[in-house]
Amino acid sequence: MVAAAATRTMTYQQAITEALQIAMREDPTVVLLGEDIAGGAMVDHLVNDDAWGGPMGVTKGLVQEFGRNRVLDTPITEAGFIGAAVGAAATGLRPVAELMFVDFFGCCMDQIFDQGAKFRYMFGGKAKCPVTIRTQIGAGVSAAGQHSGCHYSVFTHMPGIKCVIPSTPADAKGLLLSAIRDDDLVMFFENKVLYGTKGEVPEGEDGIPLGVADIKREGDDVTIVAISRMVHQALSAAEALSAEGIEAEVIDPRTLSPLDDETILSSVAKTHRLVIVDEDNPRCSAATDIAALVADRGFDTLDAPIKLVTAPHTPVPFSPPLEQFYVPSPERIADVVREIV
Amino acid sequence: MAAASTAGAVELSRDTLLEMYERMVQIRIFEDLAGKNFAAGLIPGFVHLYAGEEAVAVGICSQLTDNDYITSTHRGHGHCIAKGVDIPGMVAELMGKSTGVCKGKGGSMHIADVEKGMLGANGIVGGGIPLACGAALTAKTLGTGGVAVCFFGDGAANQGTFHEGLNLAAIWNLPVVFVCENNGYAESTPVRYHCSASDIANRAGAYEIPGVVVDGLDVFAVYEAAGEAIARARRGDGPSLLEAKTYRFYGHFQGDQVTYRTAEELDQYKQRDPIAALHVAIVDRGIASEDELATIDARVTQQLDDAWTAAKEAPFPELAETLTDVYVRY
Repeated sequence: MVAAAATRTMTYQQAITEALQIAMREDPTVVLLGEDIAGGAMVDHLVNDDAWGGPMGVTKGLVQEFGRNRVLDTPITEAGFIGAAVGAAATGLRPVAELMFVDFFGCCMDQIFDQGAKFRYMFGGKAKCPVTIRTQIGAGVSAAGQHSGCHYSVFTHMPGIKCVIPSTPADAKGLLLSAIRDDDLVMFFENKVLYGTKGEVPEGEDGIPLGVADIKREGDDVTIVAISRMVHQALSAAEALSAEGIEAEVIDPRTLSPLDDETILSSVAKTHRLVIVDEDNPRCSAATDIAALVADRGFDTLDAPIKLVTAPHTPVPFSPPLEQFYVPSPERIADVVREIV
Repeated sequence: MAAASTAGAVELSRDTLLEMYERMVQIRIFEDLAGKNFAAGLIPGFVHLYAGEEAVAVGICSQLTDNDYITSTHRGHGHCIAKGVDIPGMVAELMGKSTGVCKGKGGSMHIADVEKGMLGANGIVGGGIPLACGAALTAKTLGTGGVAVCFFGDGAANQGTFHEGLNLAAIWNLPVVFVCENNGYAESTPVRYHCSASDIANRAGAYEIPGVVVDGLDVFAVYEAAGEAIARARRGDGPSLLEAKTYRFYGHFQGDQVTYRTAEELDQYKQRDPIAALHVAIVDRGIASEDELATIDARVTQQLDDAWTAAKEAPFPELAETLTDVYVRY
């Protein structure tokens, strides 16, 4: 048994910054590309300093340590710099590109799914594309219809892309380290509402393997699979349900591609009930994918219908009450659990 | 004060000039209040203010009608006001109220009024450029006589949509005027870093359409240059690219600490405030008195105060509205 690493309390944002710093220190081929990830390029008083460090400050401070040759501000040209990251990954660098908001995938999707994700297959296994694309997801700050989506389901659908959706600071650090070290194209989805949340984060340089779910709460009465911020909503619901004598097991898949099928199936085999909580739109989604998995391979273990708690089949509304209604709440989750327990 | 530089060659009627002045003041006061009320927590989400750039929107949109289209950007309030979008409806939209021009569902970055030919602010940099080509294609195909004006920033001039849009407009000879509002910065990144061209207007040459640089702080200069481009489009002579060199008085968004600009630089541009310059030009030419302009200022102030009062009192949308307007029929 290996002794657990010492931990410190950090925010989700700080954990991501730390992972980037570790990866850049250990591997000189790791370079960062993105819009205003330093900011202030060619401004005289900011030669080795940043103006922004990214719109949310996630990359703040990195240009001071690594310089502008490794922290590359890009023009607002998603197809251009995401494609350049993919091309650089195929030829010897290990880039980490920042797609400021996942909603902007429309501006650069060819370079991701038709180029980077398919190189290895189309080239008969003779290429690799070790690029990580960090991006912000999620509603909750009234960022409106073009800055609030989740959309990880779109990427999960596509072969050749790995999808990582951390919900805690510790997971964010460990999974980002593994994503960067991974030799495939990885989409790393950071929930903007979680940046300020705090948690214990191990010191050191260990990654968390991709494809391993985490049981965030143990319980025997119902399995709740929740994604990204929804893990916290599900944990809140679980607390409320516990007071009523219902013990929910909350599973955080942590990566949607690869997906840890066995942890989900084992949990359902124990609880015989499944609720999936997903902030993404509900059609052809991560939620329906996990429901299909259990319907296909775990049907005999179910004692009740699989239930989904998701955002509606709409864009994200701006107005705060509507946006709050859009996002699955602990109350909705608890209500749905009560329906089947 | 740089009144001399605004005394352009264009001769405008008193009514037109005073209307333009009023529109510019509307934009300025709208934005100053938006900044204050954002800080006070009354506006959710992101707000990008247009103050300082008023001469561009007004110098151009004052030559358009509801039969003409515009596409806009995340910094879109000025374009909306200049195109005649209802100001109380805009204020309510910023607050996410049901009385907003988009029922509170779009917010600052997505204000639109299709009836007014305002095809939307836009959260995607460069997102409006092909759309403007489409609007111009409609005008051309249906023979409406309308034109499309496409506003975008210096940052958007590097997007693929810019190059694809200019090429499409050129090969199809579309009635569109591309207006690059070059305020010097794409978010926190100076144009001298992000753009290969010393003048973005030079890029017109690659598509063999006219490309003109204009002082975007001078409403007369904008009016004159845009007038030629709009007339060319209306005649069926095709697209143009106008680059207005301008400046934003606020940061990229409210909350931006703006460490990438110096106080001296901001001050230099504030010395060339386009509204103050127009004010001086109007008075110096004897077109209107200080008192008349003060009356306009007071009227606009009252209008905006009333709009904010009404928006604060207006209800939020019903929750059921979350599920509507996705499709026409489903």
